[in-house]
Amino acid sequence: MLLEIEKLSVQFKTESGNLLALRDVSFSLEAGEILGVVGESGSGKSVSNLALMGLLPDIAVINTKKVLFQNHPLDLNSQKQLSQLRGKSIAMIFQDPMTALNPSLTVGYQMLETLQTHLGLSKKAAKMKAISLLERVGILSAEQRLKVYPFELSGGMAQRVMIAMSISCNPKLLIADEPTTALDVTIQKQILDLLIDLQREKKMSMIFVSHDLALVKKYSQRIQVMYAGEIIETGPTDQVIKNPHHPYTFGLLKARPSAHAGKTKEHLYAIPGTVPSLRARPSGCQFHPRCNRSTEVCKKTNPSVSSLQPSPLQTSFSCHHPLESL
Amino acid sequence: MNLLSVKNLNKSYVTKKLMGKNEERKVLSNVQFELGENKILGIVGESGCGKSTLAKVLTRLEDFQSGEITLCGQNLREIPQKNLTHLVQMVFQDPYQSLNPRKMAWEIIADPIMVVEKTPRPQAKIQALAMMAKVGLLPELSERYPHQFSGGQRQRIGIARALMLKPKILILDEPVSALDVSIQAQVLNLLLDLQKEFGLSMIFISHDLSVVKHISDETLVLYFGEVVEHGPSENVFKNPQHAYTKTLLESAP
Repeated sequence: MLLEIEKLSVQFKTESGNLLALRDVSFSLEAGEILGVVGESGSGKSVSNLALMGLLPDIAVINTKKVLFQNHPLDLNSQKQLSQLRGKSIAMIFQDPMTALNPSLTVGYQMLETLQTHLGLSKKAAKMKAISLLERVGILSAEQRLKVYPFELSGGMAQRVMIAMSISCNPKLLIADEPTTALDVTIQKQILDLLIDLQREKKMSMIFVSHDLALVKKYSQRIQVMYAGEIIETGPTDQVIKNPHHPYTFGLLKARPSAHAGKTKEHLYAIPGTVPSLRARPSGCQFHPRCNRSTEVCKKTNPSVSSLQPSPLQTSFSCHHPLESL
Repeated sequence: MNLLSVKNLNKSYVTKKLMGKNEERKVLSNVQFELGENKILGIVGESGCGKSTLAKVLTRLEDFQSGEITLCGQNLREIPQKNLTHLVQMVFQDPYQSLNPRKMAWEIIADPIMVVEKTPRPQAKIQALAMMAKVGLLPELSERYPHQFSGGQRQRIGIARALMLKPKILILDEPVSALDVSIQAQVLNLLLDLQKEFGLSMIFISHDLSVVKHISDETLVLYFGEVVEHGPSENVFKNPQHAYTKTLLESAP
């Protein structure tokens, strides 16, 4: 087991009170596994990753029961512990490569900085390594590319640079947070194929965050669906996709039109309403105001999240009225 | 008769140089298509292929170099601005940037009729409220400002505004790409309903193949400013002819 998280909660302290962004999130990750995290904006899918990277703002209050990384306990409130892992054992690729790279420094400068800090390489050795990394992610004439500034790169190219930087220290865990949302479909496929290649080659574990269930379905082994800061369904990808139990997962799957199947100009299955604001959380099950299966019990009690067994082989979900197995 | 016909449309952007020759970059070359009544035409392509430029040319926000655009039997260049606003309206991609943050929702929606038809404020408000109901916004929300709405609601405001002048053609430039899937489905359903109710024709621009396939009768694929494929959506997606369309389809998840 590479990573084990038990009951991670995150609150944001604001003037109008504490806002609960993540509630009792537990999951685990095997070495070499790809975990897909799906959810809409505001579902908390980025918060858990930022907590793991120690990148949450100061107003965040993090509570955990247990966190194990490579079988060592990890304190998510200790910047000292996290900064040793960040960039080295745990690396992250962000959504928008153009804002994640520093616009005023050359690509080379930014790459060498990471290599020299974490691996203690000399400048010359770091440069050689940077060139080979850029070549590995499919950038031609790598040596010249070291001298350019981020604005001179296309979006896809910039994301390749980000990937090269993130794998430079051979991380054990790579967090890809919406890595291709800003890119065109053809480029998206190239980038994801590259990521999967690297993941296999380096035997990394990966957390792949996306709002697009279709992508996650294609690239992950296990899936975790989040809603309003909770994991509502999790299990092996094909089981969850073929046989969703939670009405929200079902809705997400149905709402997305497909380029390969389906008729034109038919009404899509739409989930009514929107994700609740952290300031106005509903009582009971967080999804009940938008759910067509909700009853009295849903309004009163939250289906116990503890029934979620983080077992890698089985689907689990938190719902009072789950969809029957097919 | 076709509502809109575009023939041999060419458009390039010229960068003026202080010294030497001006640089000319071709954005649209020999674009041709027609749009019938009650039809939805989907336009797909990647960033930089000229989709948005085409939308701007059709709404006369930008001029073009050569070609012929006929709108309801009239030459696009000769239609008086006031009449043009009754024929074509546009919905923009980013619902966060395309609404004036200092105006209330109903004012944004009523603006077209207050400006073009000089409708007095009280009547304009009544009409705006009626339109809000049609696009699924509660009238209680009419006095809120854009920042108080979610992305999907804002896009509904944009759609309501575009419909106020009862245009024949609605041009939608990536109307759902900033929205979450569940909200995207709501807005797509709304567009299909409105099309029936108002007898609209639409040009639906998107980089997302699945969305275009879902909503449009015909699909046109743009690649570096050229139309590489055009036909009924079912055919284009089932049996793509051009290599680029095939690549696009294979890349779609």
